[in-house]
Amino acid sequence: MSVVADDLVRIAIVDKTRGYWSTVFRRLSRDPVSVTCATIILAIALAAILADWLGLASPYTGSMIRRLRWIGTPGYPLGTDELGRDMVARLVYGGRLSLFLGLSPVVLAFLIGTTLGVTAGYLGGFVNQAIMRVVDVFYAFPSVLLAIAISGALGAGIINSIVSLTIVFIPPVVRVAESVTTGVRTLDFVDAARASGAGPITIMRVHVLGNVLGPIFVYATSLISVCMILASGLSFLGLGTKPPEPEWGLMLNTLRTAIYVNPWVAALPGAMIFIVSICFNLLSDGMRSAMDVRS
Amino acid sequence: MSAADVLAPAADVGGPQQPLLEVRALSKHFPVRGGMLGRAGVVRAVDDVSFSVDKGEVLGIVGESGCGKSTTARLVIGLIQPDAGSILLDGEQLGASLSLRDLRRRVQMVFQDSYASLNPRLTVEASIAFGPAVHGVSAADARARAHDLLRKVGLDPATFADRYPHELSGGQRQRVNIARALALAPRLVLLDEAVSALDKSIEAQVLNLLIDLKDDLGLTYVFISHDLNVVRFISDRVIVMYLGEVVESGPVDALWSDARHPYTRALLAAMPSLDPDNRTREAPIAGDPPNPINPPSGCRFHTRCAFAEAVCGEKSPSLFATGNERHTAACHMVDPASGHSKAGQSSHRGLEHV
Repeated sequence: MSVVADDLVRIAIVDKTRGYWSTVFRRLSRDPVSVTCATIILAIALAAILADWLGLASPYTGSMIRRLRWIGTPGYPLGTDELGRDMVARLVYGGRLSLFLGLSPVVLAFLIGTTLGVTAGYLGGFVNQAIMRVVDVFYAFPSVLLAIAISGALGAGIINSIVSLTIVFIPPVVRVAESVTTGVRTLDFVDAARASGAGPITIMRVHVLGNVLGPIFVYATSLISVCMILASGLSFLGLGTKPPEPEWGLMLNTLRTAIYVNPWVAALPGAMIFIVSICFNLLSDGMRSAMDVRS
Repeated sequence: MSAADVLAPAADVGGPQQPLLEVRALSKHFPVRGGMLGRAGVVRAVDDVSFSVDKGEVLGIVGESGCGKSTTARLVIGLIQPDAGSILLDGEQLGASLSLRDLRRRVQMVFQDSYASLNPRLTVEASIAFGPAVHGVSAADARARAHDLLRKVGLDPATFADRYPHELSGGQRQRVNIARALALAPRLVLLDEAVSALDKSIEAQVLNLLIDLKDDLGLTYVFISHDLNVVRFISDRVIVMYLGEVVESGPVDALWSDARHPYTRALLAAMPSLDPDNRTREAPIAGDPPNPINPPSGCRFHTRCAFAEAVCGEKSPSLFATGNERHTAACHMVDPASGHSKAGQSSHRGLEHV
């Protein structure tokens, strides 16, 4: 009977909650800053995904005779790097790994952290204490140090940096998820739902998740920029991607030696990291205000 | 249980003589953490509380903040578990012949904070339809039920069904909360400060709505409030609570004309009056309520009572009959055998100057 009832609740509720998300999207699309940021991110992401069809030079083949060309050199609009590889191709192809390394740990941390945090917040008591104290242990380390330590222990590599960054971002997500859920759980409408005879799983899905996922999601999007910078940092230290793979953090590292010869080209990967992170941050800000439907 | 049964009004059980709700010796103590060793003591939020509610009556529960009114309501509907005591609905004991799920279908609650008690993500219609849907009513029937109830509480479904709580005024939200509480066709509705947060004109409208609904649907109310004027208006009987205990209970007229417990008299004296000649010049009782972690010995009111004597600090009074019908008070002055110097005197002599 409870399974049937759950389905019915979902049918009765789903059309209504869809209305909320379309409202949020409509409000977001009216905010010029958010639209600009979303466009920039989409453009960079699409370029990275479709890089093979854009007719770019190979990001791997270099030439010793045309190393470190300046920005604006004919044929090399953004110059060449220390091995004479085309910077446009390197930056576009680099977006693949950089965006992947920036997004995937946050997505994983969002899934794991939300599960843990909502469980801790909803159940409270001993479960809450157990989860939150373990999380506190991880929280005690500075995030950069923790990422370096875990990456260092696991060894260099893309998968290992994703694992280490996921571990770094789970604790803050758990904290936010736990505090939001604790706040919602004590509201009267959860008591009212319990008083109507609903089981904990129905209450969790219909009344708790709908009210906590938004704030956690917004918080997670604000972590993307930090994650991109940390991922670049790991690559920069030689703990993430390995040469000759194009990745913005790694490119920043290898171009570091050329900073006195051609500072503008050396700064380009950093500029990409900066632009993408700030776009994600502004987008998450816009999302937060769009989700506050009350205002 | 078929879906149709959920929405049908529950049949009467046991005839008019059997109380709808009986609460026997209910206690709830909350442990308080603090101090070096972790446990500072317990708050006796509800201590040995017994009362009954007859079919079709409105029982008022009054008392100052923290006296255990809301805890009592939450215990009755099973939102918190009692440490001791039993709850009987229609003569069936909760936990024995009555399951919590069945109790929650027959008893519903309206909360004070009209905004916090509605899910901000759900439309009014979805909030009301949630209860029936949980009990297996089809989505279409639950929706129809929600529209029907919106009409009953005076909100046009065409205008209000698809609105979100933040798009409603406080009075409209509380009407939605009432509709939500009625969605499962309960027999008893606990109104926990249900009109306290509304302004006076809206409060009167909602009170009238509650009275109309009670007559139409044959409901029984437990009406919890700190506003004595409202309690007097709506209640048939009243119980007065102080620090987790019932200190006096009786029909509303007897209580207002012949209150026996000094605390009840102080509460009544503290009521604001519109008559300038009848102004309250000084506070009828001084000070804050004592710390419920270590309540005073004997009668819990003796620290603030003008008539306290040695016996009051030693012996805890139980509820004695005052001589009025169904009127009892937990005061040594009511019990002729208590040893209090004013014991057994009629209230009009002993307590004249309060």
